[in-house]
Amino acid sequence: MGILLQQIVNGIALGSIYALIALGYTMVYGIIRLINFAHGEIYMIGAFVGYFALTAFGLPFWVSLLLAMVIPALLGVLIERVAYRPLRSSPSITVLITAIGVSLLLQNLAMLWFSPDPKTFPQIFTRAPFNIGGVRITFPQVIVLATSVLLMIGLNFMVQKTKIGKAMRAVSQDKEAAKLMGIDTDRIISFTFAIGSALAGAAGVMVGIIYPRIQPLMGTMPGLKAFVAAVFGGIGSIPGAMLGGVIMGLTESLVTAYISSTWRDAIAFSLLIIILLVKPAGILGKSTREKV
Amino acid sequence: MLKINNLHVYYGQIHALKGISLEVKSGEIVTLIGGNGAGKTTTLRTISGLLTPKEGEIVYQGKSTENLKAHELVASGLIHVPEGRHVFPQMSVQENLDLGAYTRKDAQNIAEDLEQVFELFPRLKERRSQAAGTLSGGEQQMLAMARALMGRPKLLLLDEPSMGLAPLLVREIFNIITEINKTGVTILLVEQNANMALSVAQRGYVIETGKVVLEGDSASLAANEAVRKAYLGG
Repeated sequence: MGILLQQIVNGIALGSIYALIALGYTMVYGIIRLINFAHGEIYMIGAFVGYFALTAFGLPFWVSLLLAMVIPALLGVLIERVAYRPLRSSPSITVLITAIGVSLLLQNLAMLWFSPDPKTFPQIFTRAPFNIGGVRITFPQVIVLATSVLLMIGLNFMVQKTKIGKAMRAVSQDKEAAKLMGIDTDRIISFTFAIGSALAGAAGVMVGIIYPRIQPLMGTMPGLKAFVAAVFGGIGSIPGAMLGGVIMGLTESLVTAYISSTWRDAIAFSLLIIILLVKPAGILGKSTREKV
Repeated sequence: MLKINNLHVYYGQIHALKGISLEVKSGEIVTLIGGNGAGKTTTLRTISGLLTPKEGEIVYQGKSTENLKAHELVASGLIHVPEGRHVFPQMSVQENLDLGAYTRKDAQNIAEDLEQVFELFPRLKERRSQAAGTLSGGEQQMLAMARALMGRPKLLLLDEPSMGLAPLLVREIFNIITEINKTGVTILLVEQNANMALSVAQRGYVIETGKVVLEGDSASLAANEAVRKAYLGG
């Protein structure tokens, strides 16, 4: 029982990181129907920005986190502007291939600039665990959970209640009708990339404080898993991405504890296949039904 | 209010509009009638900036719209209700109406306009928290028009407002179009239901394969032999 609870806590902490990354996939997909394969690299850049802010510049944690969100946000906007926007009316496979190209470009630039050797993320928080009813929760886990939850609440508020959030939903539901409302759709798309990338950047720092080894290829696997999480949550659905991320984290954590860590990824991906066989639109995905 | 000269529009290789010229004066209801694929919808989509003409000029309120994008025209009161309604299906009626006022910042007047819109479309008030995608076709058409009114249109482009609606509803929609016009909104109306369109419009243009083939006041068009044969069912 103790082990189970422990693994659930670990799984939720890891899952909240996947959720932060998955949100970017789902938001970008929702607004321009693109699987942004460079998104995992944005997360990696976030981790490195956090690393340099903390080590080379010795900035406080919250400032570093903020920088690790702002710089990836700008990068995300830049990528959309130079790589995706010129292809707005091209077939989606063209844009997808471009996204893979951007991903490889960022990986290689990172190896060039940061060297391929892993770096150790500074340990700013004590790793001494709290003990709650036999479950050990570390302070970094608390920080990760609290930050992720706050960011997700903030995102939800923005999307549901603010004017720009309404515009984002409008663009994702009907881009042309959104233009006819006077919405500058290009601006909204940029904004969506900024928000999605900022969340991925934050995830980069979060992963750094729990698993303190970062390197230029670190974005590939979590990027892929977060993408899977977004798909089985229901791609395009924001609550779906959150739920999908947490399920992904829990699955990994439980499989590692009870079966074997070598089976971890295989089982996580099998889960995706099963969910999609039963519910092709994902857990919270809407099967589109239109009234004429 | 709106003047179009020699408009040419292409879809790839297809020459969809072949030199359309027309004029809408302030306060009028003008209708474009014509068969499927004649270019009526293309004309509206070009006026509202969704399509870019290859040749020709659109002058709205005395200024060329050449360098303006669709979303920029909305703020100047040129508002387009597209064919097929295009309400935001997963958003509530209220949110759809809020988006209609997206370019405006005068919160006080927006609230007043909302009340007026609900007076014109009482059914929308009952359903204000319902998702737009769950409304009936007629209600969606009303919502699309109400949403456009929330932007305070000066020139309203209506594309096939009666499409797919029961005859009773068609009558209701056309009554509302007349009401809207009475409040000072100029209307350019595209319709397949030429009978109804000519009954509310002052003037009309008949479009065939991308060209204006006939124009005149509604009474003379309705009396025209060729128009009666082709569009008015005898």
